[in-house]
Amino acid sequence: MTLLSARGVSRIYRTFSLVGASRAKRVLEDVSLDIHAGETVALLGRSGCGKSTLARLLTGLERPDAGEILFGRRSLASLGKEEMRSFRQAVQMVFQDSIGAVDPRSTVAAIVSEPLRRLVGIDGEDCRRAVAGLLRRVGLDPAEADKLPAQMSGGQLQRVCIARALAPRPKLIILDEAVSNLDLNLQIQMLDLFQTLRRETGVAYLFVTHDLRLVERFCSRVIVMDDGRVREEAEISRPLELSSPAGRALRAAVLPAMPMRV
Amino acid sequence: MTSRCLEISGLTVRTMCDGRERELVSGVDLALEGGEVLALVGASGSGKSMTCAAALDVLPPGTWRAGGTVELDGQVRTAREVRGAYVATILQNPRSAFNPVRTMRSHAHETLRALGMGRSGRNARVEAAMIDAGLEDVPRILALHPFEMSGGMLQRMMVALALMSEAPFLFADEPTTDLDLIVQREILDLLERLKKTRGLGILLVTHDMGVVARLADRVAVMDAGRIVETGPVMDVFHRPAHPTTRRLVDAHLSLYPTLSPAEPAT
Amino acid sequence: MSDLALPEKPAAASGRRPWLSLTGRFALALAATIIAVAVFGPWLTPHDPNAMDLTARLDGPSAAHWLGTDHLGRDILSRLFVGARVSLGSVAVTLSLILALGIGIGGAAGFLGGRTDQVIMRCADVFLTFPTLVLALFMVGMLGTGLVNVVIAIALSHWAWYARIVRGIVLSLKHRDFILASRLAGTGRLRIFWTHLLPATMSQLVVLATLDIGHIMLHVSGLSFLGLGIAAPTAEWGVMLNDARQFVWTEPHLMIWPGLALFISVMAFNLLGDAIRDRLDPHLRMEHAH
Repeated sequence: MTLLSARGVSRIYRTFSLVGASRAKRVLEDVSLDIHAGETVALLGRSGCGKSTLARLLTGLERPDAGEILFGRRSLASLGKEEMRSFRQAVQMVFQDSIGAVDPRSTVAAIVSEPLRRLVGIDGEDCRRAVAGLLRRVGLDPAEADKLPAQMSGGQLQRVCIARALAPRPKLIILDEAVSNLDLNLQIQMLDLFQTLRRETGVAYLFVTHDLRLVERFCSRVIVMDDGRVREEAEISRPLELSSPAGRALRAAVLPAMPMRV
Repeated sequence: MTSRCLEISGLTVRTMCDGRERELVSGVDLALEGGEVLALVGASGSGKSMTCAAALDVLPPGTWRAGGTVELDGQVRTAREVRGAYVATILQNPRSAFNPVRTMRSHAHETLRALGMGRSGRNARVEAAMIDAGLEDVPRILALHPFEMSGGMLQRMMVALALMSEAPFLFADEPTTDLDLIVQREILDLLERLKKTRGLGILLVTHDMGVVARLADRVAVMDAGRIVETGPVMDVFHRPAHPTTRRLVDAHLSLYPTLSPAEPAT
Repeated sequence: MSDLALPEKPAAASGRRPWLSLTGRFALALAATIIAVAVFGPWLTPHDPNAMDLTARLDGPSAAHWLGTDHLGRDILSRLFVGARVSLGSVAVTLSLILALGIGIGGAAGFLGGRTDQVIMRCADVFLTFPTLVLALFMVGMLGTGLVNVVIAIALSHWAWYARIVRGIVLSLKHRDFILASRLAGTGRLRIFWTHLLPATMSQLVVLATLDIGHIMLHVSGLSFLGLGIAAPTAEWGVMLNDARQFVWTEPHLMIWPGLALFISVMAFNLLGDAIRDRLDPHLRMEHAH
């Protein structure tokens, strides 16, 4: 079953300057893709290739200038208020920079309960219990619920963000470079956590990244982007074979596993 | 260039936490020679960046250096003497290291002024450093503002500014963490070339063992503010002695599923 | 994440530094006293502030009248107490009006952006150019004298500063990830504004408002002194100063007491504002946090 798809999506950013002429930069050009229930798709590309913009279009945070995003069979642009709510419930996102993705004035409990109260419609004692359950699920102590973001480390805070994304029991979580800011041990811990959650809940992931190593480890399918376009789609094999120039360049940039000198 | 040696000994950093003094870096000893890359690795929060900052006395507010000396070729120097003239620095996020409203030219001139260099010969030195850092189109790039440049270009410019000082040592604090892998490779290639051609001694702070494997000659592993293991890169990868080191190497190798951990490097 | 950028220990674990500096605490005590006088003034006055006693005109300080009497034999201390109420009351009303206008209009401009923002901010620029005094003279000329018109004039000439601050902060935050995350969590735009954006502007607004208390107080008294605001029999510091003007050479103490009251109040609120700013300034706070 197709959860979410993009059909011929384009996005143009315009920069306005004081002296008239505005410059238009095409960041996405005729992009189409499908994400099915329960699968883990990698969106692989260099920084600036448009993959984060695509993630924002897929979550409805921005609108495409051409083409459409389909939730099931319905275009996001045509969704009513209630339908939008069920879309938000089904599709969540985890951002790269966990510190920037939480309100510094909110407690952990407030951060995680926001989608519970707005999307699921539970409050009070139920909500508190649900927050405790979610924190446990991402490997945090429920006692951390009263802490402020500044009192937590980057890795802990990213777990809070994952708990927030899990809260409405989504069918798809878009991970926008969600582990890139963490050190390697934490990256692997997070990927293991995502895998556990997938087993337990059947959630699908769109894993936006530039790191091919993580794709090989974590995903079942890869979509390679470069310069605003989809260049290649492939099933994951080990080692991953990519044929497009963009894919091969990313492959070649992978750092060696072992030192090469004598 | 004469082979120099930079020796850090007994470096200790403290801070106040909940009204108590806490040690963030405890008695760190490091020795860096010209023409080698020493990688300082560890998990985030292990004190590796703090060590770098303490050696140059550029610690964040609220922390202070409670002990330790920096020696250059056997002579004790103050951080002030060392900074800039003997040790240049490049940081993780090049974008925040540049003043957004000033051009590259103005940054270059500021660096040279800070080094006490007169007007004559400035342009030649700027041009040489930039070409060495892989920024070929010197006049065009000098006119650019930070927002007109990519992260990779900015990091090259950081390297160029470091080279302008002609300091024999370079502290690189997570120099490629914010860059995509393709740019990362280019910057690492650049650092390796500079090590060879300029005899630069590089202290490379990183959490990525892939970067270490690519570039380092020797490795110092940090955990909870202490150096737990130091050794040649081959030994660290093939015969890690300390549990922290083993954890780092194992986690790293788990990203290479086609490579069994015991497989020797070619 | 570089350890250098993110301190290795929680930033909130602050030392034993007091919340306010010594000066700040002194100013706070002084301001609290003034507010207490304003609130409880009518019950504290030794005499009826409006009771005339023509046999005891222009007396110096005595046991019965601690600060002496004015040209109609009214007790100066009692009038000062009651005057505090008028001064602070009008400041409170003016500030509420300014904050409501500033937050509402500035928030709308920042949040809606685009053309709405352009139009609103150009209007604000116009208001920024009006000097309070000129606007007050204009209002009084159009609508007649009175405290209400003075309050409106001051509010109209001040709201734009607040609107600019609110707009600036809202504009800088609204595309940040945590706002996007709130949208993904299903929170509506208005609620995002109230729960995530407005609290972020509060520290700056509090500082500006505290600093403006003294400023507005001077405006109210100044305009009353000129006879534009509060009319003569009411006990208000500006009115008292105006009354005392004709005796400035013979009975200078008449002018000194309300002047001193005004000076101390303005100073107290300004010092308090400075202290709060020092405390809430993000750069300074960074240093305290470690």
